[in-house]
Order: sequence, then structure tokens, then C-alpha cells
Amino acid sequence: MGEIHLMKGNEALAEASIRAGLDAYFGYPITPQSEILEYFSRELPKKGIAFVQAESEVASINMVYGAAGCGKRVMTSTSSPGFSLMMEGVSYIACAELPCVLVNVQRGGPGLGTIQPSQGDYFQAVKGGGHGDYHMIVLAPNSVQEMADMPSIGFELAEKYRIPVLILADGALGQMMEKVEFKEYPKKNIEQNWATVGKPEKRDANVITSLFIESEVMEQVNIKLQKKYEQITEEVEDCELYHADDAEVFIVAYGISSRLAKKAVDLSREKGVRAGLIRPKILWPFPTKVIQKYATQAKGFISLEMSAGQMIEDVKLSLDGSVKSKHYGRMGGMIPAPEDILKEIESML
Amino acid sequence: MLQEVIFAGFGGQGVLTIAKNVAYSAMLEGKETCWMPTYGPEMRGGTCGCTVSVSDKMISSPILAKYDVGVILNLPSMDKYEPKIKSGGLIIWESTTITDGPKRGDVKSIPIPAYDIAVELGSTLVMGMVLLGAFIQKTESITIDSVLEALRKTLPARRHNLIPLNETALRKGYEYASKI
Repeated sequence: MGEIHLMKGNEALAEASIRAGLDAYFGYPITPQSEILEYFSRELPKKGIAFVQAESEVASINMVYGAAGCGKRVMTSTSSPGFSLMMEGVSYIACAELPCVLVNVQRGGPGLGTIQPSQGDYFQAVKGGGHGDYHMIVLAPNSVQEMADMPSIGFELAEKYRIPVLILADGALGQMMEKVEFKEYPKKNIEQNWATVGKPEKRDANVITSLFIESEVMEQVNIKLQKKYEQITEEVEDCELYHADDAEVFIVAYGISSRLAKKAVDLSREKGVRAGLIRPKILWPFPTKVIQKYATQAKGFISLEMSAGQMIEDVKLSLDGSVKSKHYGRMGGMIPAPEDILKEIESML
Repeated sequence: MLQEVIFAGFGGQGVLTIAKNVAYSAMLEGKETCWMPTYGPEMRGGTCGCTVSVSDKMISSPILAKYDVGVILNLPSMDKYEPKIKSGGLIIWESTTITDGPKRGDVKSIPIPAYDIAVELGSTLVMGMVLLGAFIQKTESITIDSVLEALRKTLPARRHNLIPLNETALRKGYEYASKI
């Protein structure tokens, strides 16, 4: 076992990204994720890794676009309003099929909102966010340890499928300190013959673009993208299950709310109520098959989110009316109390 | 076992640092721990707070509405956090500068003249350590030895000369609290 550190989620994510072979970081400060940028600004120049504090989030994401086109392991990080600014660039990157890791440490919205933790950006993360038919793979850590585990997983998935990967965290995960252990992360081991690294004599020039003026061509690009998304939906899934085997009421929760859900499941079990937790560690693709598997034994599902109810739509689509389901959550930086979640669980019986 | 503690005072009094020492010490003792600052549009001279949870199980929420223990370093923090201590809880507070102690009858009040004790030791900077010593005596959630190990691990080598003064401050606070 390696050395155990006590670190903020933001710092752990930054350190782990360096260890996972980051080549370049571009970012712009915003609470509650500025420690990521600060950590990189201190550590990357020492290691000869590119660090640029851009003039805006729009610039950051376009720098990511450029560097990713060269086949480098690149990253940017921001928080909710900043991620909205990046949407155009993310859509371009998705269309140009470039691998990169993006981080959104969510804060309360809409608007400039609050700097307190929230999960109000679920739709933006899993349904596109930018224009056009595209997806990102969305990872959802729920501890400082997973803030450190996700960058390497993110780079691997991004490179395997040539797709932007989003780490969807929140202000609590970014700001809190917990123990964390850094692992040996796999080095990049994939041929990137599409990257724009200079044209050798014997092949055509590689072109990175998201502009396809001809309708026929644009449709083919879309068909290819959709095929890729189908393949990812088949191949990629990661869920943590807690007391699922004999549960009658399921909470579906990700990120920081999943920890509150776990506490509520424990409280239920103490009272003899058979509650269980399904925690997607990957939000897109959504673990529909897992939800469907447990639907056969369940009396009800609760989607616990720090939002007005967004993931509940994917839960309902997965259940397809087979079992009743509802949303429970708080907004604006408020944290649901496990005792209140318990009441919701009991109301499903 | 789960203990949820709020440390609060003026920015600059060392609130985040003593809270971090508790979290680091708990980690060294093999416990689960979570450190979470109240971050917000904090103003200079305003209150600064930090929650630390220590448990033998995974901590469910880093953000809390109620606390078992409050370690309070200034009056605005007393006003803010006194109502948020659980009934039967504990308020350890700096009694040189805070003139009014807790008004509630259902929490235990532990006044520690940490500022005076720190002045006697020659540095007001160790005021937080005096209160941390009192915290350790009253809660037993961590040990002084773990804090000293935490200091050795977290302070840069050029600052290790300050560890003996910090140790004295911890022990003075511990001693004072043992008489209450």
C-alpha cells in the first residue's frame, strides 16, 4: 500500500492527473474548483508540463481542442457557469472526436448562482449541453479517493473511444479533505494515427475539424458518432450497489448525495425497512440494465439529487413505468438530511 | 463512533489549521475523517469555520446542520454556532476575548482562557493549540501524540523548531481543561 495523504478533492484530482500522464492543462479560476488550477500552476512548470491560465473558459476549452488534436493528454476544469461557457468548444471536440478530460465541480445555479455544492448540471452533462447530437462519457466520483481515481480512468476511456470525458464533481467533493492513496496509473498505450503531429511523406495529412458543409457528409459523420455512442452504451457501465440483493426500495444517487443515501439506507435497515442503493459511478451511459434488473424486486425507486430532479428522468426511462418512482432533493447548495431521505423511503412502501 | 465538530473564529486565528490537525491525527490513528471548510464570500475579519467529522465508518456528509462539539474562538462564531450544537453537546470557547459564554443550559460549557495562556507561552499564534489541547482532553477523539506526529508530517522541516512550543501549548490546554 502506498502512502496515505490528507488532501482536498480538488488537489487530489490535480495530483492524480499529473501521475496519470497529463501533458497539458488549460483553465480559468472559479470557485469551488480554483485549487485545481492553483495546484497545477505550482506543480506543472516544475515538471515541464504545459500550464496556461487562459483569459476565459471559452479560451481554455479551445486550447484543449488544439492540444487534444495533437494527441496529447489534456485537461481543463471549471465550475458550473464556466462549464456553460465551454459548451460550444465541447460540441466541437465531440464532433472532431478528440480525447480529453474535462472537470465540472458543480455549484448551485441557475445563473451566477451560489458557490455552494449542487448537482444541477446533470442534464448539461449527460444530455449534450452544447449543440448537436453528441455525448460525453460522464464519471461521478463520490469521495476524495475517487476524485484521484477518475482522471486516469477518464484518459483511458477518452483515448479508447476518442471522446471527451467529463468528471462531474461538486463543491463539497472539491473542498473537503479526506484520506487518499495514489495508485500506479497505466501509461498511454494506444496508437493515435489521427493526431496532427506533422505529415510524414507516406500518408495523407491528418485533419482535425468539426465543419462538414455537405449535408450528405454531415449525416455520415452523425451516423458514425451514433454508432460509437451505441458501442459505448453496450460496453461501459460502472455501478456501486449497497444492500441491493434484498431491497424493496431503491435510492439511485451519484456523487456526494450517494453518501447521504448510504446513511439513509443504514437508518432504514435499523428500522427493518429493506432499502438499497444503486450508485452510478458512470452517469453516461446510464446504467439502465442495472435499474431494470432490480426493478423486478422493487416496490419503488427514489432518485436522490441535489437538484430539482434531473436524473429521475433517466430512472423513469429505465423503469418504463414498471415500478413507481419519484425524485427527492434539495437545491441551491442545501444538503438533504438522511432523516428526511428515510421518510421518503418509508413513503414508497 | 461518530463525532462531528465545528471549529470557528476569525480568519487568521488558525481555525482551519487546528481542524486540519484533528483530521490528520484521526487519519494517522486509522479512523475515517473528513475536513470541510465553510467556504463562501468570506470577508476579512469575518467568521471562518471548519467542520471535522471523525468516525470508524465512512463519513456520509461533510456538510452538517448540527454538531456534537463546537470549538469557538470569537464572539460572532459563538452567536452563529451556539444554536447549532446538539443538545447534550459541548462548547469549548476562548474566554479571554469572548465575554459572553453560551447561554443554553443543555450544552456543556468549557471556557478556556487560551489567549492569556498563549501570551504566557510567548506567542498568541499558539492560541488554537491551547484550545486543541482542551478539545483532546474533553473528547478523547484523538491523542496529543498523534497531533505531534501530524505536525512533524505536515510542517516543512524548517518549521520543526516550532513543534516544542506547540506541544507545550497543547499540554497547557489539556491540563487546564482537566480541571473543569
